Amino acid sequence: MIVVEGVRFTYSGGVEALRDVSLTVKDGEFVAIMGQNGAGKTTLVKHFNGLLKPSKGTVRIDGVETTKTSIAKLSRTVGFVFQNPDHQLFSETVEEEIAFALKNFGFEEEVIQKQITWALNLLSLTQYRKTSPFMLSGGERKRVALASVLAWDPQILIMDEPTIGQDHEQKEKLRQFIVQLQAQEKTVVIVTHDVEFVAECNPRVVLMKEGKIVADGKGKDILTNIEALAQSSIVLPQIAQIFTQLAPLGLSRNVIDIYEAKDILLQAWEKRRT
Amino acid sequence: MSVFDGLKFRKVYSPIHNLDPRIKFIYVCAVFVAAILFGSILPLSALFLMQLPFVFLARVQRQWLRSLRGALFLAVFIFFTNFIFSFINAGYVIVASNVEFAAAMTLRFVVLVESFSVFFLTTSPDLLGLALEESHVPYEFSFAFTTAVRFVPVLAEEAQTIMDAQKARGLELEKGNFMKRIRNYIPVLIPLIVSAIRRSLELAEAMESRAWGATKKRTNLYGLTLHKGDFVLLGITMAILVVAVYVLLFVPVPTLTKLFL
Repeated sequence: MIVVEGVRFTYSGGVEALRDVSLTVKDGEFVAIMGQNGAGKTTLVKHFNGLLKPSKGTVRIDGVETTKTSIAKLSRTVGFVFQNPDHQLFSETVEEEIAFALKNFGFEEEVIQKQITWALNLLSLTQYRKTSPFMLSGGERKRVALASVLAWDPQILIMDEPTIGQDHEQKEKLRQFIVQLQAQEKTVVIVTHDVEFVAECNPRVVLMKEGKIVADGKGKDILTNIEALAQSSIVLPQIAQIFTQLAPLGLSRNVIDIYEAKDILLQAWEKRRT
Repeated sequence: MSVFDGLKFRKVYSPIHNLDPRIKFIYVCAVFVAAILFGSILPLSALFLMQLPFVFLARVQRQWLRSLRGALFLAVFIFFTNFIFSFINAGYVIVASNVEFAAAMTLRFVVLVESFSVFFLTTSPDLLGLALEESHVPYEFSFAFTTAVRFVPVLAEEAQTIMDAQKARGLELEKGNFMKRIRNYIPVLIPLIVSAIRRSLELAEAMESRAWGATKKRTNLYGLTLHKGDFVLLGITMAILVVAVYVLLFVPVPTLTKLFL
Protein backbone atom coordinates (compact mmCIF):
# COMPACT_ATOMS: atom_id res chain seq x y z
CA MET A 1 0.00 0.00 0.00
CA ILE A 2 1.27 3.46 -0.87
CA VAL A 3 0.37 6.22 1.56
CA VAL A 4 1.38 9.78 0.71
CA GLU A 5 0.61 12.40 3.33
CA GLY A 6 1.00 16.15 2.92
CA VAL A 7 4.03 15.84 0.66
CA ARG A 8 5.82 18.90 -0.56
CA PHE A 9 8.89 18.67 -2.72
CA THR A 10 11.23 21.39 -3.91
CA TYR A 11 14.04 20.68 -6.38
CA SER A 12 17.49 21.97 -5.49
CA GLY A 13 17.05 24.66 -8.17
CA GLY A 14 14.15 26.08 -6.13
CA VAL A 15 11.26 24.78 -8.23
CA GLU A 16 8.42 23.57 -6.02
CA ALA A 17 7.17 20.48 -7.86
CA LEU A 18 4.75 19.09 -5.27
CA ARG A 19 2.55 21.23 -3.08
CA ASP A 20 0.83 19.34 -0.35
CA VAL A 21 -0.04 16.07 -2.07
CA SER A 22 -1.91 13.33 -0.21
CA LEU A 23 -2.85 10.07 -1.88
CA THR A 24 -3.47 6.48 -0.88
CA VAL A 25 -3.08 3.63 -3.35
CA LYS A 26 -4.44 0.36 -2.00
CA ASP A 27 -2.99 -3.06 -2.76
CA GLY A 28 -4.15 -4.35 -6.13
CA GLU A 29 -5.32 -0.96 -7.33
CA PHE A 30 -4.65 0.34 -10.85
CA VAL A 31 -4.04 4.07 -10.94
CA ALA A 32 -3.27 6.38 -13.85
CA ILE A 33 -1.69 9.69 -12.94
CA MET A 34 -2.42 12.31 -15.57
CA GLY A 35 -1.78 15.99 -16.06
CA GLN A 36 0.12 18.35 -18.31
CA ASN A 37 3.91 18.54 -18.51
CA GLY A 38 5.42 19.90 -15.35
CA ALA A 39 2.38 19.05 -13.22
CA GLY A 40 4.54 16.93 -10.92
CA LYS A 41 3.47 13.44 -12.04
CA THR A 42 6.94 11.96 -12.40
CA THR A 43 8.16 13.79 -9.31
CA LEU A 44 5.34 12.20 -7.35
CA VAL A 45 5.99 8.63 -8.49
CA LYS A 46 9.72 9.02 -7.92
CA HIS A 47 8.78 9.34 -4.25
CA PHE A 48 7.25 5.86 -4.28
CA ASN A 49 10.58 4.04 -4.45
CA GLY A 50 12.58 6.63 -2.57
CA LEU A 51 14.41 8.14 -5.56
CA LEU A 52 13.15 11.45 -4.21
CA LYS A 53 12.49 12.10 -0.54
CA PRO A 54 9.77 14.57 0.44
CA SER A 55 10.89 18.01 1.61
CA LYS A 56 7.85 17.92 3.90
CA GLY A 57 5.29 15.22 4.69
CA THR A 58 5.68 11.46 4.50
CA VAL A 59 5.53 8.66 1.96
CA ARG A 60 5.01 5.16 3.33
CA ILE A 61 5.21 1.92 1.39
CA ASP A 62 3.57 -0.94 3.26
CA GLY A 63 3.95 1.09 6.42
CA VAL A 64 7.67 1.83 5.95
CA GLU A 65 8.63 5.46 5.61
CA THR A 66 10.77 6.00 2.50
CA THR A 67 13.19 8.26 4.37
CA LYS A 68 14.03 5.44 6.75
CA THR A 69 15.14 2.85 4.20
CA SER A 70 17.23 2.56 1.03
CA ILE A 71 16.16 2.83 -2.59
CA ALA A 72 17.49 -0.69 -3.18
CA LYS A 73 15.31 -2.13 -0.42
CA LEU A 74 12.23 -0.24 -1.57
CA SER A 75 12.82 -1.28 -5.17
CA ARG A 76 12.40 -4.91 -4.16
CA THR A 77 8.71 -4.08 -3.57
CA VAL A 78 8.33 -1.14 -5.95
CA GLY A 79 9.38 -1.76 -9.54
CA PHE A 80 9.90 1.44 -11.51
CA VAL A 81 10.04 1.42 -15.33
CA PHE A 82 11.48 4.65 -16.66
CA GLN A 83 10.10 6.48 -19.65
CA ASN A 84 13.16 6.15 -21.86
CA PRO A 85 14.58 2.62 -22.10
CA ASP A 86 17.87 4.06 -23.36
CA HIS A 87 18.43 5.43 -19.88
CA GLN A 88 18.92 1.98 -18.48
CA LEU A 89 20.00 -0.51 -21.15
CA PHE A 90 23.72 -1.23 -21.00
CA SER A 91 24.30 -4.99 -21.20
CA GLU A 92 25.59 -7.02 -24.12
CA THR A 93 22.55 -9.25 -24.30
CA VAL A 94 18.91 -8.91 -23.37
CA GLU A 95 19.36 -11.82 -21.00
CA GLU A 96 22.11 -10.05 -19.05
CA GLU A 97 20.09 -6.87 -19.01
CA ILE A 98 17.27 -8.68 -17.26
CA ALA A 99 19.67 -10.47 -14.93
CA PHE A 100 21.19 -7.17 -13.75
CA ALA A 101 18.57 -6.30 -11.16
CA LEU A 102 18.17 -9.93 -10.09
CA LYS A 103 21.90 -10.10 -9.34
CA ASN A 104 21.72 -6.80 -7.46
CA PHE A 105 18.98 -8.23 -5.28
CA GLY A 106 21.06 -11.34 -4.66
CA PHE A 107 18.86 -13.99 -6.28
CA GLU A 108 20.26 -17.52 -6.76
CA GLU A 109 21.56 -18.39 -10.23
CA GLU A 110 18.78 -20.95 -10.85
CA VAL A 111 16.08 -18.50 -9.85
CA ILE A 112 17.63 -15.86 -12.10
CA GLN A 113 17.48 -18.19 -15.12
CA LYS A 114 13.90 -19.10 -14.33
CA GLN A 115 12.81 -15.49 -13.89
CA ILE A 116 14.53 -14.41 -17.13
CA THR A 117 12.71 -17.09 -19.10
CA TRP A 118 9.45 -16.12 -17.46
CA ALA A 119 9.86 -12.38 -18.11
CA LEU A 120 11.00 -12.86 -21.73
CA ASN A 121 8.04 -15.09 -22.40
CA LEU A 122 5.64 -12.66 -20.77
CA LEU A 123 6.68 -9.83 -23.09
CA SER A 124 7.21 -11.99 -26.19
CA LEU A 125 10.94 -11.35 -26.25
CA THR A 126 12.14 -14.95 -26.06
CA GLN A 127 13.67 -14.85 -29.54
CA TYR A 128 15.90 -11.92 -28.51
CA ARG A 129 17.39 -13.60 -25.45
CA LYS A 130 20.95 -13.46 -26.82
CA THR A 131 20.55 -10.28 -28.89
CA SER A 132 22.15 -6.98 -27.92
CA PRO A 133 19.46 -4.65 -26.59
CA PHE A 134 20.95 -1.87 -28.73
CA MET A 135 20.05 -3.79 -31.90
CA LEU A 136 16.35 -3.81 -31.08
CA SER A 137 13.70 -1.35 -32.23
CA GLY A 138 12.45 1.40 -29.93
CA GLY A 139 9.32 -0.51 -28.95
CA GLU A 140 11.28 -3.67 -28.28
CA ARG A 141 13.81 -1.83 -26.15
CA LYS A 142 10.91 -0.48 -24.15
CA ARG A 143 9.69 -4.03 -23.57
CA VAL A 144 13.17 -5.16 -22.53
CA ALA A 145 13.24 -2.36 -19.97
CA LEU A 146 9.84 -3.48 -18.70
CA ALA A 147 10.94 -7.13 -18.61
CA SER A 148 14.07 -6.19 -16.66
CA VAL A 149 11.88 -4.76 -13.93
CA LEU A 150 9.11 -7.38 -13.99
CA ALA A 151 11.70 -10.12 -13.65
CA TRP A 152 11.91 -9.70 -9.89
CA ASP A 153 8.13 -9.75 -9.64
CA PRO A 154 7.62 -6.55 -7.58
CA GLN A 155 4.36 -6.14 -5.69
CA ILE A 156 3.95 -2.57 -6.93
CA LEU A 157 4.73 -1.64 -10.54
CA ILE A 158 5.21 1.96 -11.61
CA MET A 159 5.46 2.81 -15.31
CA ASP A 160 6.35 6.27 -16.58
CA GLU A 161 4.73 6.82 -20.01
CA PRO A 162 4.53 3.13 -20.92
CA THR A 163 2.68 3.68 -24.21
CA ILE A 164 5.10 6.11 -25.87
CA GLY A 165 6.60 4.62 -29.03
CA GLN A 166 4.34 1.55 -28.90
CA ASP A 167 2.11 0.66 -31.83
CA HIS A 168 -1.52 -0.11 -31.28
CA GLU A 169 -0.98 -3.86 -31.02
CA GLN A 170 1.69 -3.43 -28.36
CA LYS A 171 -0.53 -1.05 -26.43
CA GLU A 172 -3.29 -3.63 -26.47
CA LYS A 173 -0.81 -6.23 -25.21
CA LEU A 174 0.29 -3.85 -22.48
CA ARG A 175 -3.34 -3.41 -21.47
CA GLN A 176 -3.95 -7.13 -21.31
CA PHE A 177 -0.75 -7.48 -19.41
CA ILE A 178 -1.88 -4.95 -16.80
CA VAL A 179 -5.17 -6.84 -16.51
CA GLN A 180 -3.11 -9.96 -15.86
CA LEU A 181 -1.12 -8.17 -13.14
CA GLN A 182 -4.40 -7.03 -11.63
CA ALA A 183 -5.56 -10.62 -11.46
CA GLN A 184 -2.46 -11.34 -9.39
CA GLU A 185 -3.44 -8.51 -7.02
CA LYS A 186 -0.46 -6.39 -8.05
CA THR A 187 -0.62 -2.64 -7.66
CA VAL A 188 -0.03 -0.77 -10.92
CA VAL A 189 0.60 2.96 -11.20
CA ILE A 190 1.12 4.54 -14.61
CA VAL A 191 2.01 8.09 -15.49
CA THR A 192 0.66 8.95 -18.91
CA HIS A 193 -0.66 11.49 -21.38
CA ASP A 194 -2.36 8.81 -23.43
CA VAL A 195 -6.07 9.52 -22.88
CA GLU A 196 -7.27 6.78 -25.22
CA PHE A 197 -5.15 4.19 -23.45
CA VAL A 198 -6.51 5.24 -20.08
CA ALA A 199 -10.05 5.20 -21.47
CA GLU A 200 -9.56 1.63 -22.64
CA CYS A 201 -8.14 0.51 -19.32
CA ASN A 202 -10.57 2.51 -17.19
CA PRO A 203 -8.43 2.66 -14.03
CA ARG A 204 -8.70 5.07 -11.12
CA VAL A 205 -7.51 8.41 -12.47
CA VAL A 206 -5.58 10.99 -10.47
CA LEU A 207 -5.40 14.36 -12.19
CA MET A 208 -2.55 16.67 -11.28
CA LYS A 209 -1.93 20.35 -11.93
CA GLU A 210 0.91 22.56 -10.75
CA GLY A 211 2.04 20.15 -8.07
CA LYS A 212 -1.41 19.44 -6.67
CA ILE A 213 -4.01 16.74 -7.13
CA VAL A 214 -7.04 18.43 -8.68
CA ALA A 215 -9.25 15.41 -9.28
CA ASP A 216 -9.24 11.80 -8.18
CA GLY A 217 -11.82 9.16 -9.00
CA LYS A 218 -13.05 6.51 -11.41
CA GLY A 219 -11.65 6.84 -14.92
CA LYS A 220 -15.15 6.98 -16.29
CA ASP A 221 -16.01 10.00 -14.16
CA ILE A 222 -12.77 11.95 -14.52
CA LEU A 223 -12.34 11.37 -18.26
CA THR A 224 -15.83 12.68 -18.97
CA ASN A 225 -15.47 15.70 -16.69
CA ILE A 226 -14.89 18.43 -19.24
CA GLU A 227 -14.03 21.18 -16.72
CA ALA A 228 -11.48 19.10 -14.81
CA LEU A 229 -9.80 17.90 -18.00
CA ALA A 230 -9.70 21.37 -19.55
CA GLN A 231 -7.89 22.63 -16.44
CA SER A 232 -5.15 20.09 -17.07
CA SER A 233 -5.10 20.64 -20.85
CA ILE A 234 -6.30 17.10 -21.50
CA VAL A 235 -8.78 16.43 -24.30
CA LEU A 236 -11.69 14.07 -23.83
CA PRO A 237 -11.27 10.54 -25.15
CA GLN A 238 -12.88 10.21 -28.58
CA ILE A 239 -15.86 8.23 -27.34
CA ALA A 240 -16.55 10.81 -24.65
CA GLN A 241 -16.33 13.52 -27.31
CA ILE A 242 -18.99 11.78 -29.38
CA PHE A 243 -21.27 11.39 -26.39
CA THR A 244 -20.77 15.00 -25.36
CA GLN A 245 -21.97 16.05 -28.80
CA LEU A 246 -24.87 13.59 -28.66
CA ALA A 247 -25.95 14.90 -25.23
CA PRO A 248 -28.88 16.90 -26.70
CA LEU A 249 -30.43 13.55 -27.73
CA GLY A 250 -30.71 12.68 -24.06
CA LEU A 251 -27.94 10.09 -24.05
CA SER A 252 -25.62 9.68 -21.08
CA ARG A 253 -22.40 11.65 -21.36
CA ASN A 254 -20.61 9.41 -18.94
CA VAL A 255 -19.25 6.90 -21.47
CA ILE A 256 -15.66 5.99 -22.35
CA ASP A 257 -15.91 2.29 -23.14
CA ILE A 258 -16.38 1.11 -26.73
CA TYR A 259 -18.75 -1.74 -25.85
CA GLU A 260 -20.86 0.36 -23.55
CA ALA A 261 -21.02 3.02 -26.28
CA LYS A 262 -22.14 0.44 -28.79
CA ASP A 263 -24.91 -0.82 -26.51
CA ILE A 264 -26.20 2.66 -25.75
CA LEU A 265 -26.21 3.63 -29.43
CA LEU A 266 -27.93 0.40 -30.42
CA GLN A 267 -30.61 0.94 -27.81
CA ALA A 268 -31.17 4.51 -28.92
CA TRP A 269 -31.41 3.37 -32.50
CA GLU A 270 -33.89 0.60 -31.66
CA LYS A 271 -36.02 3.07 -29.72
CA ARG A 272 -36.15 5.43 -32.69
CA ARG A 273 -37.21 2.67 -35.05
CA THR A 274 -40.15 1.57 -32.94
CA MET B 1 27.97 18.14 -10.62
CA SER B 2 28.31 21.33 -8.59
CA VAL B 3 31.36 22.41 -10.66
CA PHE B 4 29.20 22.33 -13.78
CA ASP B 5 26.49 24.29 -12.03
CA GLY B 6 29.08 26.95 -11.31
CA LEU B 7 29.83 27.29 -15.00
CA LYS B 8 26.29 27.13 -16.31
CA PHE B 9 25.14 30.29 -18.05
CA ARG B 10 21.91 31.88 -16.92
CA LYS B 11 20.34 34.75 -18.75
CA VAL B 12 20.58 37.85 -16.60
CA TYR B 13 20.86 41.46 -17.73
CA SER B 14 23.86 43.12 -16.18
CA PRO B 15 26.68 45.35 -17.38
CA ILE B 16 29.02 42.34 -17.25
CA HIS B 17 26.70 40.12 -19.31
CA ASN B 18 26.53 42.81 -21.98
CA LEU B 19 30.27 43.03 -22.44
CA ASP B 20 31.81 41.74 -25.63
CA PRO B 21 32.89 38.13 -25.11
CA ARG B 22 36.17 38.73 -26.96
CA ILE B 23 37.24 41.47 -24.59
CA LYS B 24 36.07 39.45 -21.61
CA PHE B 25 38.16 36.56 -22.86
CA ILE B 26 41.22 38.78 -23.22
CA TYR B 27 40.60 39.98 -19.68
CA VAL B 28 40.41 36.42 -18.36
CA CYS B 29 43.63 35.58 -20.20
CA ALA B 30 45.34 38.63 -18.68
CA VAL B 31 44.28 37.55 -15.20
CA PHE B 32 45.48 34.07 -16.05
CA VAL B 33 48.91 35.37 -17.12
CA ALA B 34 49.18 37.62 -14.07
CA ALA B 35 48.30 34.71 -11.79
CA ILE B 36 51.03 32.62 -13.39
CA LEU B 37 53.58 35.46 -13.16
CA PHE B 38 53.24 35.79 -9.39
CA GLY B 39 53.81 33.06 -6.85
CA SER B 40 53.27 34.88 -3.60
CA ILE B 41 50.22 35.63 -1.53
CA LEU B 42 49.98 39.42 -1.72
CA PRO B 43 49.69 39.93 -5.50
CA LEU B 44 47.51 36.82 -5.84
CA SER B 45 45.18 38.15 -3.15
CA ALA B 46 45.01 41.42 -5.04
CA LEU B 47 44.06 39.50 -8.20
CA PHE B 48 41.46 37.56 -6.25
CA LEU B 49 39.88 40.70 -4.78
CA MET B 50 39.91 42.47 -8.14
CA GLN B 51 37.41 39.94 -9.56
CA LEU B 52 34.85 40.50 -6.82
CA PRO B 53 33.34 43.70 -8.26
CA PHE B 54 32.67 41.77 -11.49
CA VAL B 55 30.92 39.00 -9.59
CA PHE B 56 28.67 41.44 -7.77
CA LEU B 57 28.03 43.62 -10.80
CA ALA B 58 26.97 40.52 -12.72
CA ARG B 59 24.79 39.33 -9.80
CA VAL B 60 26.06 35.77 -10.06
CA GLN B 61 27.36 35.50 -6.46
CA ARG B 62 25.45 32.32 -5.67
CA GLN B 63 26.49 30.36 -8.74
CA TRP B 64 30.00 31.74 -8.41
CA LEU B 65 30.24 30.52 -4.82
CA ARG B 66 28.98 27.16 -5.96
CA SER B 67 31.75 26.89 -8.54
CA LEU B 68 34.31 27.71 -5.86
CA ARG B 69 32.78 25.09 -3.60
CA GLY B 70 33.05 22.64 -6.50
CA ALA B 71 36.75 23.47 -6.79
CA LEU B 72 37.29 23.01 -3.05
CA PHE B 73 38.40 19.40 -3.31
CA LEU B 74 41.07 20.19 -5.91
CA ALA B 75 42.16 23.25 -3.94
CA VAL B 76 42.72 21.17 -0.81
CA PHE B 77 44.60 18.63 -2.90
CA ILE B 78 46.83 21.34 -4.39
CA PHE B 79 47.50 22.80 -0.95
CA PHE B 80 48.62 19.50 0.50
CA THR B 81 50.79 18.34 -2.42
CA ASN B 82 52.56 21.72 -2.47
CA PHE B 83 52.92 21.67 1.26
CA ILE B 84 54.37 18.16 1.29
CA PHE B 85 56.86 18.91 -1.50
CA SER B 86 58.07 22.17 0.02
CA PHE B 87 58.25 20.33 3.33
CA ILE B 88 60.56 17.76 1.74
CA ASN B 89 62.53 20.52 -0.04
CA ALA B 90 63.06 22.42 3.18
CA GLY B 91 64.66 19.34 4.68
CA TYR B 92 61.71 17.84 6.52
CA VAL B 93 60.95 20.81 8.71
CA ILE B 94 57.76 22.80 8.85
CA VAL B 95 58.44 26.49 8.42
CA ALA B 96 55.96 29.29 7.97
CA SER B 97 57.18 29.94 4.43
CA ASN B 98 56.18 26.38 3.45
CA VAL B 99 52.63 27.02 4.48
CA GLU B 100 52.67 30.38 2.75
CA PHE B 101 53.98 28.86 -0.49
CA ALA B 102 51.30 26.12 -0.47
CA ALA B 103 48.63 28.72 0.28
CA ALA B 104 49.88 30.90 -2.59
CA MET B 105 49.73 28.00 -5.05
CA THR B 106 46.20 27.21 -3.90
CA LEU B 107 45.20 30.83 -4.21
CA ARG B 108 46.58 30.88 -7.75
CA PHE B 109 44.30 27.96 -8.61
CA VAL B 110 41.34 29.68 -6.95
CA VAL B 111 42.00 32.86 -8.94
CA LEU B 112 42.00 30.85 -12.19
CA VAL B 113 38.76 29.07 -11.30
CA GLU B 114 37.25 32.36 -10.17
CA SER B 115 37.95 34.22 -13.39
CA PHE B 116 36.90 31.37 -15.68
CA SER B 117 33.75 30.92 -13.65
CA VAL B 118 32.85 34.60 -14.03
CA PHE B 119 33.53 34.36 -17.75
CA PHE B 120 31.35 31.30 -18.35
CA LEU B 121 28.61 32.46 -15.98
CA THR B 122 28.21 35.74 -17.82
CA THR B 123 28.76 34.69 -21.44
CA SER B 124 26.06 32.79 -23.30
CA PRO B 125 27.28 29.87 -25.44
CA ASP B 126 25.76 31.62 -28.46
CA LEU B 127 27.79 34.77 -27.95
CA LEU B 128 30.86 32.67 -27.35
CA GLY B 129 30.36 30.91 -30.67
CA LEU B 130 29.77 34.22 -32.37
CA ALA B 131 32.97 35.58 -30.85
CA LEU B 132 34.92 32.60 -32.14
CA GLU B 133 33.35 32.99 -35.55
CA GLU B 134 34.17 36.69 -35.73
CA SER B 135 37.72 35.87 -34.70
CA HIS B 136 37.89 33.87 -37.95
CA VAL B 137 37.70 30.44 -36.33
CA PRO B 138 36.07 28.16 -38.95
CA TYR B 139 32.36 27.80 -38.25
CA GLU B 140 32.66 24.01 -37.95
CA PHE B 141 34.93 24.45 -34.94
CA SER B 142 33.05 27.24 -33.27
CA PHE B 143 29.81 25.31 -33.71
CA ALA B 144 31.32 22.15 -32.23
CA PHE B 145 32.60 24.19 -29.31
CA THR B 146 29.30 25.93 -28.54
CA THR B 147 27.40 22.68 -28.91
CA ALA B 148 29.75 20.97 -26.47
CA VAL B 149 29.32 23.77 -23.92
CA ARG B 150 25.58 23.78 -24.38
CA PHE B 151 25.22 20.04 -23.89
CA VAL B 152 27.12 19.83 -20.62
CA PRO B 153 24.07 20.58 -18.45
CA VAL B 154 21.91 18.34 -20.64
CA LEU B 155 24.32 15.46 -20.13
CA ALA B 156 24.53 16.14 -16.41
CA GLU B 157 20.76 15.92 -16.17
CA GLU B 158 20.72 12.76 -18.24
CA ALA B 159 23.37 11.19 -16.02
CA GLN B 160 21.10 11.86 -13.05
CA THR B 161 18.13 10.18 -14.74
CA ILE B 162 20.24 7.16 -15.67
CA MET B 163 21.51 6.86 -12.11
CA ASP B 164 17.91 6.96 -10.89
CA ALA B 165 16.87 4.29 -13.41
CA GLN B 166 19.67 1.97 -12.32
CA LYS B 167 19.09 2.62 -8.63
CA ALA B 168 15.49 1.60 -9.24
CA ARG B 169 16.91 -1.73 -10.39
CA GLY B 170 18.78 -2.22 -7.15
CA LEU B 171 22.13 -0.70 -8.11
CA GLU B 172 23.93 0.70 -5.09
CA LEU B 173 26.61 3.09 -6.31
CA GLU B 174 28.22 3.61 -2.91
CA LYS B 175 28.58 -0.07 -2.13
CA GLY B 176 31.80 -2.08 -2.07
CA ASN B 177 35.50 -1.28 -2.11
CA PHE B 178 37.21 1.26 -4.37
CA MET B 179 37.41 -0.97 -7.48
CA LYS B 180 33.85 -2.19 -7.01
CA ARG B 181 32.63 1.37 -6.76
CA ILE B 182 34.28 2.27 -10.04
CA ARG B 183 32.69 -0.78 -11.66
CA ASN B 184 29.33 0.28 -10.23
CA TYR B 185 29.40 3.20 -12.63
CA ILE B 186 29.49 1.03 -15.78
CA PRO B 187 25.68 0.74 -15.91
CA VAL B 188 25.57 4.54 -15.77
CA LEU B 189 28.34 5.33 -18.22
CA ILE B 190 27.30 3.01 -21.05
CA PRO B 191 23.77 4.37 -21.43
CA LEU B 192 25.16 7.89 -21.09
CA ILE B 193 27.70 7.40 -23.87
CA VAL B 194 25.30 5.51 -26.11
CA SER B 195 22.65 8.17 -25.77
CA ALA B 196 25.21 10.96 -26.35
CA ILE B 197 26.27 9.28 -29.59
CA ARG B 198 22.69 8.73 -30.61
CA ARG B 199 21.89 12.34 -29.82
CA SER B 200 24.82 13.60 -31.88
CA LEU B 201 23.76 11.52 -34.89
CA GLU B 202 20.24 12.87 -34.59
CA LEU B 203 21.59 16.39 -34.27
CA ALA B 204 23.71 15.91 -37.38
CA GLU B 205 20.71 14.75 -39.38
CA ALA B 206 18.57 17.58 -38.09
CA MET B 207 21.28 20.09 -39.01
CA GLU B 208 21.75 18.70 -42.48
CA SER B 209 18.05 18.83 -43.11
CA ARG B 210 18.27 22.52 -42.21
CA ALA B 211 20.92 23.21 -44.85
CA TRP B 212 24.02 23.03 -42.70
CA GLY B 213 27.02 24.06 -44.80
CA ALA B 214 24.94 25.00 -47.82
CA THR B 215 26.79 28.28 -48.37
CA LYS B 216 30.41 29.18 -47.79
CA LYS B 217 29.63 32.50 -46.19
CA ARG B 218 27.14 32.42 -43.35
CA THR B 219 25.44 35.60 -42.23
CA ASN B 220 24.52 36.42 -38.66
CA LEU B 221 21.35 37.93 -37.24
CA TYR B 222 23.33 39.75 -34.58
CA GLY B 223 26.87 40.98 -35.00
CA LEU B 224 29.35 41.84 -32.29
CA THR B 225 30.23 45.49 -31.89
CA LEU B 226 32.39 47.09 -29.23
CA HIS B 227 30.74 49.57 -26.86
CA LYS B 228 32.05 51.98 -24.26
CA GLY B 229 32.10 49.34 -21.53
CA ASP B 230 34.21 47.06 -23.69
CA PHE B 231 36.88 49.74 -24.12
CA VAL B 232 36.85 50.36 -20.37
CA LEU B 233 37.41 46.67 -19.74
CA LEU B 234 40.12 46.59 -22.37
CA GLY B 235 41.79 49.52 -20.56
CA ILE B 236 41.55 47.67 -17.22
CA THR B 237 43.06 44.60 -18.85
CA MET B 238 45.99 46.56 -20.25
CA ALA B 239 46.50 48.24 -16.89
CA ILE B 240 46.58 44.86 -15.13
CA LEU B 241 49.21 43.58 -17.51
CA VAL B 242 51.34 46.73 -17.32
CA VAL B 243 51.15 46.91 -13.53
CA ALA B 244 51.87 43.19 -13.27
CA VAL B 245 54.98 43.42 -15.41
CA TYR B 246 56.14 46.61 -13.66
CA VAL B 247 55.73 45.09 -10.20
CA LEU B 248 57.45 41.93 -11.34
CA LEU B 249 60.46 43.84 -12.68
CA PHE B 250 60.89 46.75 -10.29
CA VAL B 251 58.97 46.19 -7.06
CA PRO B 252 60.23 43.52 -4.67
CA VAL B 253 57.06 41.84 -3.39
CA PRO B 254 57.46 40.94 0.28
CA THR B 255 56.13 37.63 1.50
CA LEU B 256 53.89 37.54 4.53
CA THR B 257 56.52 35.57 6.41
CA LYS B 258 59.06 38.32 5.87
CA LEU B 259 56.58 41.01 6.80
CA PHE B 260 55.44 39.55 10.07
CA LEU B 261 58.16 37.22 11.32
